[in-house]
Amino acid sequence: MEFSAPVLNYTLLSPMLILLGGALIGVLVEAFMSKALRPITQLSVTLGTLVLALVQVWKVRNEQSVSAAMGSVVIDGPAVLLQASIIIISIISVLLIADTEHFTALAASLPGSDEERHALQTGNQVTEVYPLTLFAVAGMLLFPVSSDLITLFVALEMLSLPLYLMAGLSRRRRLASQESALKYFLLGAFSSAFFLFGAAFLYGYSASITFSGIRDAVVGGGGNDVFLLIGIAFLSVGLLFKVGAVPFHAWSPDVYQGAPTPVTAFMAAATKVAAFGAMLRIYYTSFANAQWSWTPMLTIIAIITMVFGSLVAIAQRDVKRMLAYSSIAHAGFLLTGVIALNKAGLEASLFYLFAYGITTVGAFAIVTLVRDSAGEVTDLNRWKGLGKRSPWVATAFAGFLLSFAGIPLTSGFIGKFSIFSAAYESGARSVVIAGVLSSAIAAFFYIRVIVLMFFTDPVEDGTSVEIPSSLTSITVIFSLIVTIALGVFPAPILNFISNLATFIR
Amino acid sequence: MNSLILLMLLPIIGSIAVAVTPKTKEVLTKQVALGTTVVVALATIAMAVNFQRDNVELQFVEKYSWIPTFGINFAVGIDGLALVLILMSTILAPIVVLAGWNEAHGGRWSVKTFYILILVLETMMIGVFVATDVFLFYVIFEAMLIPVYFLIGGYGSGERSAAAVKFLIYSLFGGLLMLASIIALYVMSGAQGGHTFDLQALSQLQMSSTTQNFLFLGFFIAFAIKAPLWPLHTWLPDAAASATPGTSVLLLGVLDKVGTFGMIRYCLTLFPEASKTFTPLIMVLAVISIVYGAILAIGQKDLKRLIAFTSISHFGFITMGIFAMTSQGHSGATLYMFNHGFSTAALFIVGGWMIARRGSSTIADFGGLQRVTPVMAWSFFLAGMSSLALPGLSSFVSEFLVLVGTFTRYPVHAVIATFGIVLAALYILIPVQKALHGPTTPGNEGLSDLNLREKIAIAPVIAIIIALGFYPSPLLNVINPASAHVIAQMGFTDPAPTNGDK
Repeated sequence: MEFSAPVLNYTLLSPMLILLGGALIGVLVEAFMSKALRPITQLSVTLGTLVLALVQVWKVRNEQSVSAAMGSVVIDGPAVLLQASIIIISIISVLLIADTEHFTALAASLPGSDEERHALQTGNQVTEVYPLTLFAVAGMLLFPVSSDLITLFVALEMLSLPLYLMAGLSRRRRLASQESALKYFLLGAFSSAFFLFGAAFLYGYSASITFSGIRDAVVGGGGNDVFLLIGIAFLSVGLLFKVGAVPFHAWSPDVYQGAPTPVTAFMAAATKVAAFGAMLRIYYTSFANAQWSWTPMLTIIAIITMVFGSLVAIAQRDVKRMLAYSSIAHAGFLLTGVIALNKAGLEASLFYLFAYGITTVGAFAIVTLVRDSAGEVTDLNRWKGLGKRSPWVATAFAGFLLSFAGIPLTSGFIGKFSIFSAAYESGARSVVIAGVLSSAIAAFFYIRVIVLMFFTDPVEDGTSVEIPSSLTSITVIFSLIVTIALGVFPAPILNFISNLATFIR
Repeated sequence: MNSLILLMLLPIIGSIAVAVTPKTKEVLTKQVALGTTVVVALATIAMAVNFQRDNVELQFVEKYSWIPTFGINFAVGIDGLALVLILMSTILAPIVVLAGWNEAHGGRWSVKTFYILILVLETMMIGVFVATDVFLFYVIFEAMLIPVYFLIGGYGSGERSAAAVKFLIYSLFGGLLMLASIIALYVMSGAQGGHTFDLQALSQLQMSSTTQNFLFLGFFIAFAIKAPLWPLHTWLPDAAASATPGTSVLLLGVLDKVGTFGMIRYCLTLFPEASKTFTPLIMVLAVISIVYGAILAIGQKDLKRLIAFTSISHFGFITMGIFAMTSQGHSGATLYMFNHGFSTAALFIVGGWMIARRGSSTIADFGGLQRVTPVMAWSFFLAGMSSLALPGLSSFVSEFLVLVGTFTRYPVHAVIATFGIVLAALYILIPVQKALHGPTTPGNEGLSDLNLREKIAIAPVIAIIIALGFYPSPLLNVINPASAHVIAQMGFTDPAPTNGDK
C-alpha cells in the first residue's frame, strides 16, 4: 500500500492554525511567565491571536474550496461569515474575561480550602482561562467548516472540552459553578455518544463519512432509509444539545447561571454561532434532499423550543437564568432558519446569529457590572431602580432586551423579520405563527425587566453598579452600536451576507 | 418647504437641541421644545397650503432605498386623509407642550427626558401617517410604542407602570399579528414579480379569499387594539387614567387614530374583499363600542377614565363610518378623527388643569367651579359640548355625516348608534353639572382660574372647535376627494338616500 502525504491548504486553514498556535503560546506563558506579568501578557496574546485570525479570515473571504484539508474542511462564503462572527464575538467576550475578579484564583484548589484562600490573598491568580478560550474558539471555527463526520466530531469535542472547564472557574459560589461544569460535562458526553451513534448509522447508510458522500447517497436513493432516519435523528440530538433546543436544553439554565458571567457570555453567543453553523451546513447540503424525513421533526422541536423557552422565562427571578431561557427561545427562532432550507433562510440565519451573538455578549457584560460586596447580583428583585442609580447602564441593558424582544430599529427585529419571512417562503407557516406568538410572550418578560429597572424604586441593600472598566465599556458600547446600527442600517451587512451565502458542496 | 422627510427630521433636531440644554435651565428646555413644535406646526400648515385638493394621487412623494435586500424603501407621500391627520398631530403638539408646562415635574426622570420623548414621538407621529412602504409603517408603528411607554410609566400618576406595561403588551401583541401578515404579503410579492413593500404594488397582489381573510385579520386586530374597539379596549382607560394629561392627548388624540387610519389605508386598500366579508361583524362591534363606551362613561367616577370611555364610544363612530362604505360615512369618519383629536384634547387639557388644582381626579370632589374659576369652567363646558356633538361645534358635523352615511346602507346600526348621542348627553352633562354647577364644594373656594399661558394654550383648540363647527368645508374639501377615491377603489357606489315616504 502506497502512502501519500496529505495535501493541506495552509492559507485556508490559517485562522484555526493561528488560534491553536496562540493557545499553545498561552500555555507556555502560563507555565513560565512571572506572576505579575502573566495577566497582561495572556490578554495581549489572546487578543493578538484573535485579531490575526480575523485578518486571515478576511483575506480568504472570496476563496472557495472543498479540499482545504483532503476533503475534511470546506471553506466557502458561509464558512467565512461564521468564522468572522465567532472571532468578533470572541474578541468582545475576551474583553470581559479580562476582568479576573470573576475567576477563581486557583481552579485546582478545593472550594473553601486554605489553599484557595492563600492563593487569593497572595494574588496568585492563575490565568488558564485564556488558552482555554483560544482552544474553544479554534474548535468553534472548525465546527461549521467540517465536511466529514469525523472532523465534525473532533471539532465538537475541541470546542466542548475547554467550555466544560471554563464553566467551573467561577470565584464566587464555586460549588454551584463546579456542579454546573459537571452537569454540562455529563450531559455533553451523553450527547456526544448520541452524535457518534448517529454518525455510525449514516456511515452504514451511505458508506461514506463525508457530507458530499452522504448527500450523493441521499440523492441517489436506494440505501436503507431506516439507517438514514436513525442517523439523522441521533446526529440531530447531538447538535440540538449544543444549541440548547428543547428537550435537550436542561443543562443550559444551570450552566448559564453557574458559570462565570464572562464565560456565559462567550458560551451563549459563540457556541450558538458555531453549532448552528454546523447544523446549517449539514442540513443544507447532506440532508437537503431528504427534507421530508426531518423537517416535520425539526418543526415540532422548533415550536416547542420557542414556546417553552418564552413561557418558562416568565417565571425566572434570576437574570442569568432568564437570559438562559431567552436563549432557548432564540434557539427555536433560529431553527426556523434551518427548516426554511432556502437561500433566504441561510442568509437570515447568518445575520441572526451574528446580531444575536453580539447582543448576547452585551447583555451579559451588563450583568457583570451589577454587584454588591459579595460579587454579582443576579437576583432580579435587586435590580429594582437600576435606571435611577445608573441610567446609562440600565438604558444599554434595555436596548439589548428590546433587541431580544424584536422591537423595530434594533438588530433583533431585522433578524426576526428575515428569518420568519424565509421560513414562510418555504411554506413553514406553522413555525412562523408559533414564532410570532412566542415573541409576544417573550416580550412580556423582557419588558418586565425594563419595568423593574426604570419604574420601580431602588431598594437599599448594597447593590451597586461597578464603574465599568475600560475593557468592559468597549464591549458594551460596541455591542450597543452594532445592535442599533444593524437595526437601522442593516443594508451593508445584508448585502455582504447575500453575496457570500452559498454553500459549496 | 415641501419635504415630508424634512418635516420628520425637524422634531428630531429639536430633541437634540433639547438634549444639549443645560440641566439647570428647565425653562429653556421647555422653550426649545415649544419652539420646535410650533415650527413643525407652521411647516405642516405651509405644506397643507401647497397640497392639491383635487388630486387623489399621493403627493409630496419621496423615496429612498433603505434595505434593498428586502426591497424596503424609505417611501413617504400623503393624500387628503394623511394630510388631515398630520395637521391634527402637529397642531396638537405645541398645545400639549404649552398646556402641560409643569407636567414633567412629577416624573421619575428629568424634564429634559420628557421633552426628548415628546419630540421623538412627534417625528414618529408624522412618519406613521406619511409612510407608503408597509415595512416602514410597521417599524414606526411599533417603535412609537417605546416613547409612549416611557411617558406613561415615567411621568404618569397612580398605577403608572402597570398601565404602561398593559398598554405595551396589548400593542405589541397586535403588532406581532400584523407582522405575520406583513411577512405573508412580502413573500407573496416575491412570488408575484419581486419582493416589495410598496403599498401600491401590494394592493395589486392576487391571493385566495382565505388568505386574504387571515391577513386582513392580522392587520385589523392590530388596528382594533390601537383604535380601540370593543372588546380590545381594556388597556385604554388604565393608560389614560395614569398618563399625564398631555400624554393622554397624544395617546387618544393621535396614536389611537393610527388604528382607524390604518383600517382605511391598509385594511381597505390591501384587502378589499376581506374587508367586505368582515364588514357585518365589524359594524356590530362598532355599534357595541358606541353604546358600551357611552354606558360605561356614565358610570365613571374618575374624570380621566370618563374621557377614556367617551373616546371608546367615539372610536365606535369612526369605525362605523369607515366600514359603512359610503363616501359620506368615510368623509365623516376622517373628519371625526380630526375633530375628536381637538375635543378630546380640550377635555383632557382642561380636565388636567382641574385635577392638578384640586389634587384629585374624582368628579365628586369638584363642584361649583363655575363660580370660582369661570374661564376654566367655561372651557370645560365647551369641550364637553363638543364631545357630545352639540350642533354648531365641530364634532356635530362629523357625527352627522357618519350617521347619514351609515343610514343609507345600515339603517338599523345607524339608529342604534343614535342612542349613543343621547347617552353622550348624559355622560357629559352629569359631570358638567356635578363639577361646574351647584354650590361650591368645600375646599374648592381657593382654586385659581386659568393663567395667561393656559388661556393661550386652550384658545386655539376652542377656536378650531367652533370654527369647524360652522365652516367645515376647508377640511372637507381635502377629505372628500380622498374618501370618494377609496370608496370607488373598493368598487362601491353610494346608495341613493332613502326617503321616509318609501
